[in-house]
Amino acid sequence: MDAFHLARWQFAITTIFHFFFVPLSIGLVFFTAVMQTAWYRTKDPTYLRMTKFWGKLFLINFALGVVTGIVQEFQFGMNWSAYSRFVGDVFGAPLAIEGLAAFFLESTFIGLWIFGWSRLSDRVHLACIWIVAVGTSLSAFFILAANSWMQHPVGYRVNPVTGRAELHDFAALLANPTLWTHFPHTILAALVTGGMFVIGVSGWHLLRGHETTVFRRSASIALVVSLFSTIGVVLVGHLQTLQMTEEQPMKMAAAESLWNTTQGAGLSLFAISDQAHGRNAFNVQLPHMLSVLSTFSWNGTVDGINDLQQQYEQRYGPGSYIPMVAVTYWTFRVMVGTGLLMILISVVGLWLLRKRKLETTRWFLWLALLAIALPYIANSTGWILTEVGRQPWVVYGVMLTRDATSPTVGLGLVLTTLIGFTLIYGVLTAVDVYLLTRFARSDPPAAQVPTPEPTLVY
Amino acid sequence: MHEGYLNLETLWFALIAVLWIGYFFLEGFDFGVGILLPFLGRDDVDRRILVNAIGPVWDGNEVWLIVAGGATFAAFPEWYATLFSSFYLALFLILAALIFRGVAFEFRGKGTHPEWKRWWDRAIFWGSAGPALLWGVAFANILRGVPIDANHEWAGSFLDLLDPYALLGGATSFLLFALHGGVFLTLKTDGEIRDRARRAAELLAWPATAAVLGFLTWTFIDAHGNGRVAPVIVSVAALAAAGAVGRLLRVKLDGWAFLATGLAIVGVTATIFLDLYPQVMVSSLGAANDLTIWNASSAHYTLTVMTIVALIFAPLVLAYQGWTYWVFRKRIGREDLVEQPNTV
Repeated sequence: MDAFHLARWQFAITTIFHFFFVPLSIGLVFFTAVMQTAWYRTKDPTYLRMTKFWGKLFLINFALGVVTGIVQEFQFGMNWSAYSRFVGDVFGAPLAIEGLAAFFLESTFIGLWIFGWSRLSDRVHLACIWIVAVGTSLSAFFILAANSWMQHPVGYRVNPVTGRAELHDFAALLANPTLWTHFPHTILAALVTGGMFVIGVSGWHLLRGHETTVFRRSASIALVVSLFSTIGVVLVGHLQTLQMTEEQPMKMAAAESLWNTTQGAGLSLFAISDQAHGRNAFNVQLPHMLSVLSTFSWNGTVDGINDLQQQYEQRYGPGSYIPMVAVTYWTFRVMVGTGLLMILISVVGLWLLRKRKLETTRWFLWLALLAIALPYIANSTGWILTEVGRQPWVVYGVMLTRDATSPTVGLGLVLTTLIGFTLIYGVLTAVDVYLLTRFARSDPPAAQVPTPEPTLVY
Repeated sequence: MHEGYLNLETLWFALIAVLWIGYFFLEGFDFGVGILLPFLGRDDVDRRILVNAIGPVWDGNEVWLIVAGGATFAAFPEWYATLFSSFYLALFLILAALIFRGVAFEFRGKGTHPEWKRWWDRAIFWGSAGPALLWGVAFANILRGVPIDANHEWAGSFLDLLDPYALLGGATSFLLFALHGGVFLTLKTDGEIRDRARRAAELLAWPATAAVLGFLTWTFIDAHGNGRVAPVIVSVAALAAAGAVGRLLRVKLDGWAFLATGLAIVGVTATIFLDLYPQVMVSSLGAANDLTIWNASSAHYTLTVMTIVALIFAPLVLAYQGWTYWVFRKRIGREDLVEQPNTV
């Protein structure tokens, strides 16, 4: 272990931890906004109770997304100063715009929404939650613009005098094709996360025959959202694999554990890779299916890791350009597997709903409760695939991760903050899970129209 | 090219200065309220009133910091990289403090056990007191100079950040923010808690003024009295404003007192930036190693794009944040405590 590896661990822990909260926040804020809109339109108190119940869970979760986001913003300068010097001209811009255009919007209007129930008119108050929802999406857009540039750098050139990357086409940065698949994939995944959460929590209440009006309605809306979003995630995900084959063939080859360039390549179902010898120790595959999926032809050619390694060495010089194959391969399979499972759960749930058996099918309600974990698994493995699969590059084809660290931040310092942040994240996770569980099990608030002045909210 | 003030580098130096000034003005009273929480809040109701006084706005105020960081990254990557990798542990402490303070606001009311609230109250106090002190230490160091080598890399240790001038800077920011928070509470609260806040502010006014006087005097005696007139004028204004706070509070001109503490914070921060210009970080190992707006900035294309973005969004942000303060302008006090079990 050297400072470099610890810095990578710290980035991974911080990012995964941050992204533990973000998708649920985005998913729940849209759900809450839709509920409040329904209440605004119909004045049906059930919708108000739904708004308040899910809104409260959203707020608990949102707080953690906000505070972990601060670390996210500053860790580039702390642990990755060489990276920051090299790319700041390009990468800093979307980050700064995220703050200016999205963070201000979210954090100001969330305050107005929390404290504004009786200070603002119903219409303006409703607008506040929608503005927060738009803010969270804008935030996702700009941070993904930054990440997409690391995956597929466009609109820049390296200044031969300073040796730094410089932006020369901002429109190209925003039109990056990688961004336009990453962004819908992320937003849809967030809707799935919110949807599965609402279904699971509602299921728990329905198991107890508790507040069935509120929770049947919540579950049915969430089931529809989940079905469309999971299917959407998988479709966009497929586009991303095609894009990856073009842009980062090595990542795709590693994600399939395909070592040698093959015509009519099979789709691997279970592979144990032997990275040291450049082959699979064990592999079960569906013949020809990988070629069909990635080239749309029975005998299409798919590039393998070993051949790509040779090409990369010719282009970039000697060195290994192979990511951790087993990690890339298995995170891809876990992500896709959980995604497909969630489609199945949504279909079964909707079928039960249609048969009016949702509330009485106890095994499904228990399953839905457990299935809250699925989107979290899919979100985390998805990011690990994206980031680990890009290695050894930090900016694909432009800068190696090893060259990106802060030269003056030694092992002791990184270790200190790694332990510190990990402990903090551990405490916060415990508190968050405790609070979410506690409030998810509580009764939805009684509908009080008009609500008495809630000046003291906290 | 390096002549005059009409260039994008200077504009972005000024904009980042404005972001920090805005951050200290706004989050300054949030920190102050957090610092005063254990002293003014005698029971849980008091403490709830104090937390709710900044409840709707603290999160928006904190974004000024995030945008200052992001703008520095985009406009002066070299500054961002050197600053955050150099002030590594200090920044870690600030981040840890801000994390606990942020969740504490949201979480303290979500439990009923007194111990639960007590722990989050501690998080609010330390999460406010720590950054209030450390920001002053950090900015005094940026101006005084820290060991930075020819590659703009840090060549010192954490203890290098703790010299007397920097500690005085920390004491100044801590006292000013505490005072600012006290005066803010005299404007935002009602009843007994308001009287207590006024007394606390009156007590803090003189030590804060003394700290401002000491810090600014030391700044000008030190090598950084660089012969410019603007920092002198701003400093005198800051000192006069700090000195007037106690008097304004005694004659119950609370609004003016708040303006005065705000002006003091703006003045001290502006002095630092005016004194610094055109440097952005001073190296104690020789002027050749200084980071300046010229050698730390992004290329003109990026600065132009960012200028256009700022021209579009900055007025919008100011408008809706201003509107928020208007919406929540009403004082709060014990009579607002309509018990609301189970509401959002």
